[in-house]
Amino acid sequence: MSARTVLSSDDIDRAVTRIAHEILEANTALQKSGTKNLVILGIPTRGVLLAERIAAVIARTEPDADISNILGRLDITMYRDDLASNPTRNVTETSIPAQGIEDKVVVLVDDVLFSGRTIRAALDALNDYGRPRAVRLAVLVDRGHRELPIRADFVGKNLPTAREERIRVQLAEADGQNSVVIES
Amino acid sequence: MSANYVLKNATLADGSIADIAITGEKITAIGKSLEGSEVIDCSGLIALPGFVDLHTHLREPGFEQSETVLTGTQAAALGGFTAVHAMANTSPVADTAGVVEQVSSLGREAGYADVYPIGAVTVGLEGKQMAELGAMANSKAKVRVFSDDGKCVHDPLIMRRALEYVKAFDGVIAQHAQEPRLTEGAQMNEGAVSAELGLTGWPAVAEESIIARDVLLAEHVDSRIHVCHLSTAGSVEIVRWAKARGIKVTAEVTPHHLLLTDELVRSYDAVYKVNPPLRTQADVLALREALIDGTIDIIATDHAPHPIEAKDCEWPAAAFGMLGLETAAAIAQQVLIESGASSWERLAQVLSYNPAAIAGDQDSGQPIAVGAYANIALIDPKAVVVVSSESASKSNNSPYVGMTLPGRVKHTVYRGYFTVRDGNLAKVGKH
Amino acid sequence: MTHIKNLLSAGDVDRDFAIHLLDVAEGMSDVNDREIKKLPTLRGKTVVNLFFEDSTRTRISFELAAKRLSADVINFSAKGSSVSKGESLKDTAQTLEAMGADAVVIRHHASGAANVLAHSGWIQGAIVNAGDGTHEHPTQALLDAFTMRKRIHGNASSGKGLDGVKVAITGDVLHSRVARSNLLLLNTLGAEVHFVAPPTLLPANPANFNATLHYSLDQVIDIEKPDVVMMLRVQTERMTASYFPSEREYARIWGLNSDRLVRLKDTALVMHPGPMNRGLEIDAVSADSPRSTVLEQVANGVSVRMAVLFTLLSGERA
Repeated sequence: MSARTVLSSDDIDRAVTRIAHEILEANTALQKSGTKNLVILGIPTRGVLLAERIAAVIARTEPDADISNILGRLDITMYRDDLASNPTRNVTETSIPAQGIEDKVVVLVDDVLFSGRTIRAALDALNDYGRPRAVRLAVLVDRGHRELPIRADFVGKNLPTAREERIRVQLAEADGQNSVVIES
Repeated sequence: MSANYVLKNATLADGSIADIAITGEKITAIGKSLEGSEVIDCSGLIALPGFVDLHTHLREPGFEQSETVLTGTQAAALGGFTAVHAMANTSPVADTAGVVEQVSSLGREAGYADVYPIGAVTVGLEGKQMAELGAMANSKAKVRVFSDDGKCVHDPLIMRRALEYVKAFDGVIAQHAQEPRLTEGAQMNEGAVSAELGLTGWPAVAEESIIARDVLLAEHVDSRIHVCHLSTAGSVEIVRWAKARGIKVTAEVTPHHLLLTDELVRSYDAVYKVNPPLRTQADVLALREALIDGTIDIIATDHAPHPIEAKDCEWPAAAFGMLGLETAAAIAQQVLIESGASSWERLAQVLSYNPAAIAGDQDSGQPIAVGAYANIALIDPKAVVVVSSESASKSNNSPYVGMTLPGRVKHTVYRGYFTVRDGNLAKVGKH
Repeated sequence: MTHIKNLLSAGDVDRDFAIHLLDVAEGMSDVNDREIKKLPTLRGKTVVNLFFEDSTRTRISFELAAKRLSADVINFSAKGSSVSKGESLKDTAQTLEAMGADAVVIRHHASGAANVLAHSGWIQGAIVNAGDGTHEHPTQALLDAFTMRKRIHGNASSGKGLDGVKVAITGDVLHSRVARSNLLLLNTLGAEVHFVAPPTLLPANPANFNATLHYSLDQVIDIEKPDVVMMLRVQTERMTASYFPSEREYARIWGLNSDRLVRLKDTALVMHPGPMNRGLEIDAVSADSPRSTVLEQVANGVSVRMAVLFTLLSGERA
């Protein structure tokens, strides 16, 4: 097995910062306000960590922003389409900010965009919590090989990969270091 | 006259080796270098008197889907038995001379073993009114053993009267000791396992209290009493006490109570559901000890066939009972011989002489001797057999399937006729 | 953590798996608070509620749990087809198998019926024991544990067991499937179990019960100071079978009443699996007091059963 690092710790930081600014810009364009009516939901496990980092950048940029009312997490286990064939997964907590998602702009955050099935599940899950004005998708890595008509609005890095290769995203909070590695 | 058969170099229960010559229905010579028209090499085989089962359910008349006199005696032959006593809980109940004579004649027609009908003690096994015991005794079936087995003669007055009455023709009451109120809805031995499994318990005292009462009644009226299927250590103690006191009590134990325990019920597999229930390991050990020291007189199978649907269901809905004829000798060998605790002589006593003596059988259960009927079981003691689900019985509710047991019945000679030869059942019975 | 195919006994689950189930149930309870109380998880699966014994509460709890997970639910009430009469368990099971049941939730008057169904080979689907005779009722034990954990640890209950929690289960232990399942699960989760009952309603040989046995509820309350008092329902058929002289005497000696309630320690919980005989094993003051978790138990029952169905029906089928 060979492994090569494609994003370093600094690369990840830059990508997160850029995504945060793009989210703010897009939201301003849409809603005339940096953080008004914005909800950022991380998809477990590493999507949650990335969402927290993005929120931290936003907090620095927009000191008035109420992060606790923006940041949340969305567990999609119960909406997966592969439960019958995959071993039981752990269900984790879902927390939606107090403002809810009704008529809000919701940004879903995940680490890697691959088949698109996770995001399909997330859209279904979101549907059961309300009707957002718009849903956006932010990912650290887009590695291609989509199986559904889904695309990301904010991408840290596009990484062309072979289908059998494995992308490993490591974040300090969970893995003790920051890197994105391709294993083949 | 030349012998029909010579069983060459058979080992007798006492360990001696001899030839046994059979002519017609009888043993005509025992000795060395005997000759006959057919000589069968029996070296390495133990020759024992044909086994006598004092407790068999042949199910006919009435429950022919489970067993018939023919299939039941075929299973008996495969187990080395040459006589069985057929319990009375048929339909109609064997509580009249007519029914017992019918069973008796079905036995003769089958020709695989002597069939001695047991008469019911009370009409319809209902425990209320004494059946016509005298009529059954005086019938062609010459009934001497009476039992309501399956049910207990629980009314103490009826029991007393029956014990007294059968003295007129040297009969014996075989009691199924089960206090009915203490066993209402009971499903398994009451103990640590029943507490866990949530199955209604069957306390040992329900058996012991009846045995205690009955030995005292037998003493009081100076009659014989036979206790069916002892299953608890406490029952052994009571019988031991009664015998020491001189009470004319005899006792039996089943093969399954010598081998299996209530731990098996954890599977909820109804093949282990039996009356009386499987007890604990301590009970099993007490029963074995009592069998060896003579407190318990006999092994009787309580062979109780049931159709598949009576066992292939939830535990409380299932019927009580298990097969036993084909595996009884192997379990006796395991308990008495393989354990090193006893002898083939004792095995012959508990499976042949003693049951015949209790029932007063004249033709069966006699020592292998010149002039006796040629009822002989030839056992290969070295064989090791995995019990198969195939059985001569019409039913297949054997709890031993898959178990490895010692010994194999190689030949069974019933009144000079090979009902089993080389382990194979004769296609037709003796006629 | 050992995964299981069927849930037949509370003893089937090891500690890690029990805690996993309770954690999943936490997630499920969030769903029950949402406006749209439905998850698509078991869409296309068929869950059969096979009830040989009436129990509207348990049946609707399982029904709601399955429906909230989008499974198709069939209620098969086979009451009356008992001992060797009518349709046998085997025929019923084979019918359900032919219809393609993915899970069978079985309630039966015979102890061991769920085991027989699971091990007979009649049926391939997952089997959930919803109460078998006087044997077990494992989902009741799970919902009781869930309720205790939630009350004791609040929002921080995820990942936790019930270590050191002292539970006094009071009443007809002998015939109680709730008591048996609770004993096993509470032991697994580290709790300490005390059984309190008249001697006639305790097993004659409790050698395999890892619990302390008591005859006096007063002594248990005053000396053991339990964290949880769980009152068991007294079945009407016991009242006529000489297990105790009269309902009045039972209530006086083994019932939870306001006198006993005030002697419980401040944090103690009062539990009852329902339905209650008010005035017999529990009086109205106790049943309706803030300590009582009776209604939470009902609500938590749905979450726990969702967790059980989800866990058994997702992942690889053996």
